[in-house]
Amino acid sequence: MLLIYCPYCEEERSELEFRNAGDAHIARPTNIADISDEEFEAYFFLRDNPKGVIFERWRHIHGCSRFFNAARDTVSDRFLTTYKAGEPKPDLDAQPKTAATVETYEALEGAAQ
Amino acid sequence: MADQAIRKAPLAGLRGGSHAAILTPAAPASRISLRAGKDAVPALSAALGVTLPLRPKTSASSGKRHALWLGPDEWLVIDEDGADLMAAAASSGALHSAVDVSHRNTAIIVSGPGAEVAINSGCPQDLSLGLFPVGACSRTVFGKAEIVLLRTAEDTFRLECWRSFSPFVFGLLSEGAEDAAH
Repeated sequence: MLLIYCPYCEEERSELEFRNAGDAHIARPTNIADISDEEFEAYFFLRDNPKGVIFERWRHIHGCSRFFNAARDTVSDRFLTTYKAGEPKPDLDAQPKTAATVETYEALEGAAQ
Repeated sequence: MADQAIRKAPLAGLRGGSHAAILTPAAPASRISLRAGKDAVPALSAALGVTLPLRPKTSASSGKRHALWLGPDEWLVIDEDGADLMAAAASSGALHSAVDVSHRNTAIIVSGPGAEVAINSGCPQDLSLGLFPVGACSRTVFGKAEIVLLRTAEDTFRLECWRSFSPFVFGLLSEGAEDAAH
């Protein structure tokens, strides 16, 4: 079970209390009525789905019910950091580095018995 | 055929648990779900007669009235005497949102040396006294249901859940209480 640090509750809680809410830092265009269909599609539907670090919105729905942002590694599922909604993207180079990403079952869990 | 509908409390008459963790449905109480900004907190605290806590996982009590921190601008206020909390909040004169949830919630008192173990059978939070002292409270999950926990004594918890989930919560809690006895 993952433990996720909630910046509002100021402690780690079980992943069961949280819900993912999509990508973070998606800025709504200020001229939403003027943009083309393609630009609207890019803003509304298209996401990067990166392999590695992703910035996401999470909601502590069964806790303080706040939305906050998190930097997560999509390969190892490790949460690099979490921060309050509205705060700028943190400088991940200043954060403690996560170990090299591992992808195989053997590397994550040890040899299958 | 009965000529009068009888109001029946959720979990009415139920008793359960084990010698390690006793389960008792709590008496009916009045409750409000209160949301307000920081500016309104002093006025609301004065009107409700209990200081709304501002730190995560903390509660404040005054007699049989409790204010539980649920989120940065959200509290659950419980009055075990059934006082009119809506009127009290309205008399504050400060901008707030209060919803009467007296009948949405019901509560189970879990007490005994195995209370922590019984609740942890379905709840992932660390309930040890160091991290969850007397007076600590938290919204969390119990099995598939959302609950609000309040530690009223070292070996006693008040577990609030929605009334429609209460048979499930009571059932799972009974299993946990039996396990806690071993």
